[in-house]
Amino acid sequence: MQLTEIRVAGFGGQGVMLSAHIIGKAAAVYQGAYATMTQSFGPEARGGAASAQVILSDKPILYPYVTRPDVLIAMSQEAYSRFLPELKPGGLLLVESDLVRVSDLPAGIRVHSIPATRLAEELGRRMVLNVVMVGFFGAITALLEPDALRKAVIDSVPPATRDLNVRAFEKGFEYGLNTLHGEHHAESEHPSLPLEAHD
Amino acid sequence: MPHADPRGVLTGVHFMDGDHAACEGALAAGARFAAGYPITPSTEIVERFAARIPTVGGVFIQMEDELAASIAIAGAVWAGAKAFTVTSGPGFSLMMEHIGFAVMTETPCVFMNVQRGGPSTGLPTLPAQADMMQARWGSHGDYEIIALSPNSPQECFDLAVRAFNLAEEFRVPVMLMMDEVVGHMTEKVVIPPAEQIEIYPRRHTRLPPGQYKPYAPGPDLVPEMAHAGEGYRFHVTGLTHDERGYPSMNAAAQDRLVKRLKAKITRAADRLACYEEEGTEDADVVVISYGITSRVAQRAVEMARARGVRVGRLRLITVWPFPTRQIRALARRVKALVVPELNLGQIVLEVERAAAGQAETISVPHAGGSVHAPEQILDAIMEVAK
Repeated sequence: MQLTEIRVAGFGGQGVMLSAHIIGKAAAVYQGAYATMTQSFGPEARGGAASAQVILSDKPILYPYVTRPDVLIAMSQEAYSRFLPELKPGGLLLVESDLVRVSDLPAGIRVHSIPATRLAEELGRRMVLNVVMVGFFGAITALLEPDALRKAVIDSVPPATRDLNVRAFEKGFEYGLNTLHGEHHAESEHPSLPLEAHD
Repeated sequence: MPHADPRGVLTGVHFMDGDHAACEGALAAGARFAAGYPITPSTEIVERFAARIPTVGGVFIQMEDELAASIAIAGAVWAGAKAFTVTSGPGFSLMMEHIGFAVMTETPCVFMNVQRGGPSTGLPTLPAQADMMQARWGSHGDYEIIALSPNSPQECFDLAVRAFNLAEEFRVPVMLMMDEVVGHMTEKVVIPPAEQIEIYPRRHTRLPPGQYKPYAPGPDLVPEMAHAGEGYRFHVTGLTHDERGYPSMNAAAQDRLVKRLKAKITRAADRLACYEEEGTEDADVVVISYGITSRVAQRAVEMARARGVRVGRLRLITVWPFPTRQIRALARRVKALVVPELNLGQIVLEVERAAAGQAETISVPHAGGSVHAPEQILDAIMEVAK
């Protein structure tokens, strides 16, 4: 895995920090790679723009901050507007489709969207939208082994919500696979794992 | 050395921030008492300690201010506990009196400072390394302390353990000088099994009450301790004292005591010196850094090498006592020493003193609030390598 910079952004309470934490933990703890996560602190911690950054790499990570993300996960319009300009040319944009209206997109940006909040509501708990988003990220990017992500989900959420969060992860992952295959409604068991982590 | 008490050791592979890792290091080292007046960006350390300590067995007290927190830990130590407090800039300023008290009474304890931008309230949520001189000189009088500077969450754990061990060995307050980036960044942290963590035990006297003198030093100039409530009668005071601990306020007693307090550290300076050195053998330029800046500096060093410059790097892990002898030897063989740090020039003064004119010493200052751009350090390297 080449050094990959990821920014996860939304509003406070969406679980932005946990999404980034799960991605980082999957890489660092369950996949033998390196991950460094940093986050924005301060008055924006609730309600306003929340943002977490995670860097993944095969080699030790020196510089701690994300400067030109390869991937932007935007879960609010404000996060989209604020962080889109720093996305690397040719970068990947993942958005919550009900909360972000994509406009003024520079050429070359790949964009995929998912109604993560609605999918989470279908599972009975809107608050798992962040884990739906992690699943979506996992399928679209294929940066990390799905099983590493799944373990990181299980390991990062309160025990009583494990099943719910795993279902949220699978839902997002499946949505991502269907997105890649150009459909959004196919039903499947746990997704098979055709995607290998690429360099 | 004995091993860690497994009750405090969260063995496993974690994805954890530096603050939490420092807390786990303290618990692994046997700390069972903390007092604090929580302050950003150090709050997570005591927050975790408060959550963990009821099941490990110990006490956390949120005090009314930093003066109280920093003296409560001295009380806990003399009652037999391993103890620490946690703070950042404004709180560190308030703790200075009791750092001096811990030095004078030879109370083994740990102060964790997660540095943020100052002066005063400054930048509560953003990094700096601007308390490095304060850690060394902030309390009044002549003294020596030990200060360690981690550059990752893993080292926050490792050096927290070492901080407690050194505090016990030398009976001195040890500063764990973190910074906001290291404290708040999350990375893999491996906590080994308890039996792989060595613990320096309290230097408790074997002498019976009546023969024990609380400030009679051993061959390494460090005296042995007894605890309150064990039947020993002794006096602990910040006044200049004799070997019995009684106030003895005259020039002879002052000379004996203060020189010993200083010498017990300076005599061990070579053994305390801990640094990471790479590529300095044939270097023209060496970058000297510590804490989070060392990681940015390493990036800059790699960039400079790609441009054909012979540049090495030296990372200070023990910052105090300063490794003067080692830096002096380095200065004899290189053209220049480049010192980036998140302050307007503190440790660079020590480097300059150690270099004593043998090598050019270049400061790469940064007022804090972020880290250097690697290019800033690279520019300094390229400039001096011309």
